Amino acid sequence: MRLTSFIAGACMAALAGAATAETGKVKVGMITTLSGGGAGLGIDVRDGFLLAAKMAGNDSLEIVVEDDQRKPDIAVQLADKMIQSEKVDVLTGIIFSNLAMAVIPAATAQGKFYLSPNAGPSALAGKGCHPNYFNVAWQNDNLHEAAGGYANSAGFKNSFILAPNYPAGQDALTGYKRIYEGDLAGEVFTQLGQTDYAAEIAQIRASGADSVFFFLPGGMGISFLKQYADSGIDLPVVGPAFSFDQGILQAVGEAAMGVKNTSQWNKDLDNEANRLFVETFQAEYGRLPSLYASQGYDTANLLLSAMAKADISDADAFRAALKEADFASTRGDFAFAANNHPIQDIYVREVIKEGDVYTNKIIGTALEDHANVYVDDCKM
Amino acid sequence: MTAILFIEQVLNGLQFGVMLFLMAAGLTLVFGVMGLINLAHGSLYMVGAFAAAAVAGATGSFLLALIAALAAAAAAGAIVELVVIRRLYDRDHLDQVLATFALILIFSEGTRWIFGSFPLFLDIPDYLSGPVTLPGGIQYPLYRLTLIAIGLVIAGGLFWLISCTRLGIRIRAGESDREMIAALGVDISRLYTVVFALGAALAGLAGALVGAIQSVQVGMGEPVLILAFVVIVIGGIGSIKGALVGAILVGLTDTLGGLLLPALFALFMDNSAAQTTGSALASMLIYILMACVLVWKPQGLYGARPA
Repeated sequence: MRLTSFIAGACMAALAGAATAETGKVKVGMITTLSGGGAGLGIDVRDGFLLAAKMAGNDSLEIVVEDDQRKPDIAVQLADKMIQSEKVDVLTGIIFSNLAMAVIPAATAQGKFYLSPNAGPSALAGKGCHPNYFNVAWQNDNLHEAAGGYANSAGFKNSFILAPNYPAGQDALTGYKRIYEGDLAGEVFTQLGQTDYAAEIAQIRASGADSVFFFLPGGMGISFLKQYADSGIDLPVVGPAFSFDQGILQAVGEAAMGVKNTSQWNKDLDNEANRLFVETFQAEYGRLPSLYASQGYDTANLLLSAMAKADISDADAFRAALKEADFASTRGDFAFAANNHPIQDIYVREVIKEGDVYTNKIIGTALEDHANVYVDDCKM
Repeated sequence: MTAILFIEQVLNGLQFGVMLFLMAAGLTLVFGVMGLINLAHGSLYMVGAFAAAAVAGATGSFLLALIAALAAAAAAGAIVELVVIRRLYDRDHLDQVLATFALILIFSEGTRWIFGSFPLFLDIPDYLSGPVTLPGGIQYPLYRLTLIAIGLVIAGGLFWLISCTRLGIRIRAGESDREMIAALGVDISRLYTVVFALGAALAGLAGALVGAIQSVQVGMGEPVLILAFVVIVIGGIGSIKGALVGAILVGLTDTLGGLLLPALFALFMDNSAAQTTGSALASMLIYILMACVLVWKPQGLYGARPA
């Protein structure tokens, strides 16, 4: 009995707190993946975001963080709770595109802002775009298109391409083929969550390909690379940064050395904002930042830049301030295209070893000032 | 499609099958002897892989890592049996499923507390890495051949254990009539702990062996667990022989289906559509196989006990 009255009291207090929000304050609800298989990504986005907030020291920014467990239904519940009882102004944090599709359209329809630090599904870039939805990372196709661009410049003529059989995997192969000009030695869809690639590797061996492109995020990529390195096939491999990022590389180990991958960010990008970010992130958390951490950091800085220019109660002015993207991005130049997705350079990185730590170094630019193909479909 | 590709895929299917057998053997023993559905079996697989990765990281020895995997998984199994599972034998299957599902969550979050959210590194030892050339010019990774060999040796060892040793006699007796062997003076609760630890050790070994070519991460056991259940349903619950045959059947079906079906559809569809349809159908194939086996033999291939 006492417990229930305590909980009731706590709820009342929380409601009262929400009701007395002052003007000028911005409350951010971060829904991200903090447990289970994809937790490394969400933790990096959260840490990057919180780091930027801490460095700004802005008292009018309040942040609530919740774990979506990589489940769309939980993400939807959290979003409802944050909008209705926590009264947040801005939502952010979602890593995976299927969760983004479940949350973002409903949140923007209720007049909330959504700043995506990662997922950029094509459906929300084209016909489903919304003035209150900003993507600070990339449109899902971008890094794959850049991989196609790199394949052209490296002179690949006969690629074997593979990705898991789900929307982002299909987008990946489409993105690669959009820019890549050579022939395909094979095109294979694997199962989502597959861990054994012996069958696919045998097909690569038999196909007569001159290069391999793959999009296998998380543990799938670790498995594939280790098995590929052990198979004795010696073809060059290219892929988006997701399988070669800081959190994952140590688990892949030697098998990843020398692999080319495409990314809009790397820790050696030469600009003031990035140097500061990499240094402070290492000092604060004792590890190297990943691509995801840089995206979380940029998202928070974008929000802070808009807060400095406009009050969130004036939605039109705040939206215009966001659209200006007047912040120092870790990526250097950064602007929004007409559909609120980034226009940015995408680089080619190579996996190297610094001391005992596997990491990446930029070796060239794959695509310059690249936006996305969905801009014209977006009417807003 | 060349003969070489086909033979390589058969080897892949065989390797996948024997690793599934290591998982399924423990599961089927536990169900056969104790009548317990253990959903947390996949967590023991994960425990083995994490123990191996930790020990390999500290000592650099793969052999020590395998021993650590066996020991850690067996210890985890024994503790879980003594603390939790023991209270569940008399309950119905729903309570068992609920309790062992809770164990999955506890193991997953516990592992994440200790080792963090990022995947761990466990690699093949140098003396087993790289491909070897088989007769007929087939290049095949040495490590996978070793996995096939280890799996078959363990299968042989289990048959010997079940059919020729005193422990095996007790296990078989426990399967046919629990009350009777308890009445004959066998310490049934110790037998249960031993069987559970044995099953756990096999799962842990499979986790460590497979972890070296895949990724060692939280939640790695659950996808394998589902396949292991398919294997024991096909093979007949409680039968080690059924688990072996079922595992190899599932391994071959899954691997060859993924190769042959898209090729089959490509005969009358364009390539991209054939790939999508073929691989979608291939992922269903083992469940179709299971349904067919159950229609033909509702007890599974070697299942003795009437349902």
